[in-house]
Amino acid sequence: MKWSVLTLVGEDKPGIVAAVTQVLFERGCVLAQASMMRLGSNFSIMLRVSHSPDLDLRQVLTEVCKNLNLHLHIDEDASKKTPALDPDVQVTVYGADRSGIVAQVTSVLAQAGLNIIDLETDVGGSNEHPIYIMTMEGVASNGIEPLREAIQTLDTDIEINLDEINTLRG
Amino acid sequence: MEILTYPDQRLKQISETVTEIDKQILAFIHELEQTRQAGPGAVGIAAPQVDVFKQIVIVDVSKMKKPVDNHGHMIMINPEITEWDGMNMGREGCLSVPDFTGNVIRAEKIKVKYTDETGNKHEIESSGFEARAIQHEIDHLDGLLFLDRLVSRRSDLFKRKTYKKQ
Repeated sequence: MKWSVLTLVGEDKPGIVAAVTQVLFERGCVLAQASMMRLGSNFSIMLRVSHSPDLDLRQVLTEVCKNLNLHLHIDEDASKKTPALDPDVQVTVYGADRSGIVAQVTSVLAQAGLNIIDLETDVGGSNEHPIYIMTMEGVASNGIEPLREAIQTLDTDIEINLDEINTLRG
Repeated sequence: MEILTYPDQRLKQISETVTEIDKQILAFIHELEQTRQAGPGAVGIAAPQVDVFKQIVIVDVSKMKKPVDNHGHMIMINPEITEWDGMNMGREGCLSVPDFTGNVIRAEKIKVKYTDETGNKHEIESSGFEARAIQHEIDHLDGLLFLDRLVSRRSDLFKRKTYKKQ
């Protein structure tokens, strides 16, 4: 079996996940991790798929992509079955919307050893006073303390909360 | 002892009350503790995880890298949660569900009654991480895994709730 990563992007409409996965299932593909997101009215999904090495995934998905107007991108999956990477820190950031929040926060935290595993941002609030909200999870490769120190250096118009994720194993 | 891993359906079985703490039970508790310690960083274990369907769990969060409030090493026979208060979301994994962790909402504070291995009855108040561990282990006695209580990794604490499967 061969592992591939599929990325599908297009305008969101109901039934995309069902249509895509049905075609894959019919051709003997096995799904592993998948993550779908809706950004604005845009649909996106990434799927890790295991399939017969002879299977031409692009050909398999041609029709469904055409019908649903999706862009398809296929990569070979280098990760095979890697053990899950467990985040040990969660960061939430919010403030009056302005440009540069993500870049500032993430570069300071990256320098302090944060490896981001999951990130989501959104804009809320009123049209006159939009607010920016970002949540992240990651691995603090140098421990939490350097991250705590790092956020002290950031502009004070941004609120940042840093919480340890203490995974329970039982 | 060997740990049952899901999808083994035995993990969904409901455990029976322990009526007498005899030599056999004590020997079993010893083995259960050995198994817990052999597990990677396990702060708790429940009897059904090793194919014994009796209401026995062990919880010990006293050796965490970052210390948390705790009641030390507890062997809990016929444990019963009598009060719940508050809730919070935390990440959980399980010896019976290798290589996966997920977010679960649990009561922040609980009152729990149990009998220890010497037959003494206790009623304790537990909160935070220890309360989470106790709830996770007692779920096993009811045939529930943390998978039954998963909430989306992207969801906020109060956006959704999970309920016990009927």
